[in-house]
Amino acid sequence: MNWSEKLSTAVKSIAPSGIRKFFDIAAQMDDVISLGVGEPDFITPWSIRESCVYGLERGYTSYTANRGMPELRQEISRHYKRLYNLNYDADKEVLVTVGVSEALDLALRAVLEIGDEVLIPEPSYVSYKACTTLAGGVPVPVAAKLENEFRITPEELEPYVTPKTKVILIGYPNNPTGAIMERQDLLRLAEFAEKHDLIVISDEIYGDLTYSGFHECFSALPRMRDRTILLNGFSKAYAMTGWRIGYALSNEDFIGAMTKIHQYTMLCAPITAQVAAIEALKHGEKYMKKMVAEYDRRRNLIFDGLNKLGLKCFEPKGAFYIFPDITSTGMPADEFAEKLIRTERVALVPGTAFGESGAGHVRCSYATNIEKISEALKRIERFLDR
Amino acid sequence: MRELLEILEKNARISTAEIASMLQRPEEEVKAQIELLEQEKVILSYSTLINWERYGEELVTAVIEINLTPQREVGFDALAERICRFDEVRTVYLMSGNFDLLVVVQGKSLKEISNFVATRLSSIEGVTQTRSHFLLKEYKKDGIILENEEQDRRLVIVP
Repeated sequence: MNWSEKLSTAVKSIAPSGIRKFFDIAAQMDDVISLGVGEPDFITPWSIRESCVYGLERGYTSYTANRGMPELRQEISRHYKRLYNLNYDADKEVLVTVGVSEALDLALRAVLEIGDEVLIPEPSYVSYKACTTLAGGVPVPVAAKLENEFRITPEELEPYVTPKTKVILIGYPNNPTGAIMERQDLLRLAEFAEKHDLIVISDEIYGDLTYSGFHECFSALPRMRDRTILLNGFSKAYAMTGWRIGYALSNEDFIGAMTKIHQYTMLCAPITAQVAAIEALKHGEKYMKKMVAEYDRRRNLIFDGLNKLGLKCFEPKGAFYIFPDITSTGMPADEFAEKLIRTERVALVPGTAFGESGAGHVRCSYATNIEKISEALKRIERFLDR
Repeated sequence: MRELLEILEKNARISTAEIASMLQRPEEEVKAQIELLEQEKVILSYSTLINWERYGEELVTAVIEINLTPQREVGFDALAERICRFDEVRTVYLMSGNFDLLVVVQGKSLKEISNFVATRLSSIEGVTQTRSHFLLKEYKKDGIILENEEQDRRLVIVP
């Protein structure tokens, strides 16, 4: 019996991850320096971990409200009021989720009809296309360009708009490019969304990791609050990836619909992580700022280092990735990444893992310490000299 | 300047070229700044934090509370400076509360330290009382946890 024939068409249509191969190669080696990790190298600040332990001791082990603990929702709402002067009703317009991953899935499932099209600027995080497909939608990738520092423009998007286009899904600061959108770029995107009456799903998980100036929150732009489903979480800024905790903010109708799916599929986010998240918002900012300052120094070091090696890259302004152009080596990204790990034991991710427009690039994560970054640069230099 | 000091405080062995990259400043400027900070004694020394116990060296450390009779004109300073000059004395703080100076003394044995306290510290004119506490175990030193089991548990490649 060939059981794979019984799988759903949607699942079968999703391509397997291009990263798996490198994972397997690295697993057989010692002394690999990885620039391939999309999560902080810091461990969650102790005060946050400690609050979770204390919560467990006091018996915080139950389900919570579907939308999340009221105290956490209030803290999230307060946070957005303070940072962006945005008002979200903690009872109706905030949903606590199991990471941004769940929030993204809920958002797409809540708004997409079968066949609805979703504009996805690429390169983009690997889940965007797959989640769209699983929600019955059709992903429509639109290539952002290096010469524009991987920011997307309405002119680039316009040719892809059809009567079925319903959503534009953006993630800035961007994984894998490290690109951000300046305010004027976002304003033009907002105008575009209004013109075509699109819902904007804005994944701002890297928002706190912005290195020049401040992060621009899409929902805070004029008239964008209700049109936007804003996704954020604690994984990157507070080094809490394994806790799986995030949230969505939007109008009452969207959040209500997402909550409906969430209550039947996930029920609620783990209470332990919610307790820790409250502590992160209440007292975690100073630890977060320290980590951001450290990322910034690493960013400068790797940006300088790669440019000196002749691998051209634009200065990434957010997240913890840099996306050098490796076409000068004459190798495609996949080959470059495979040869580099096999000969010099440096792991990174080919740009093509993030969409076709990532061709000719590799993603280097600088969520690793200075010593390792310096050593990785030396190894890459040796590799290029071969 | 502050950021430069923060980097050096964490790792004194880092090269000026790396610091220059990290701070996006010319290397010459970084070198000059470090020299200036050294001249101005903002940077006092570049030391290494060593876990002597792990190396196998038997070192005895005592924390000693000292009560003093303050002196006219100079208060506690003259006595504190005298105490500072002993090589055995690693650290000297003036404290609020029940005693005046907190002094950390290091030696090869219990006997050596008690001898030092009895014959050198207690005998100084103006020292009215000493209380010695011997250190049993170091858990954290200058911001570094000595036996830290936290490690990088991340997968090698994560999207």
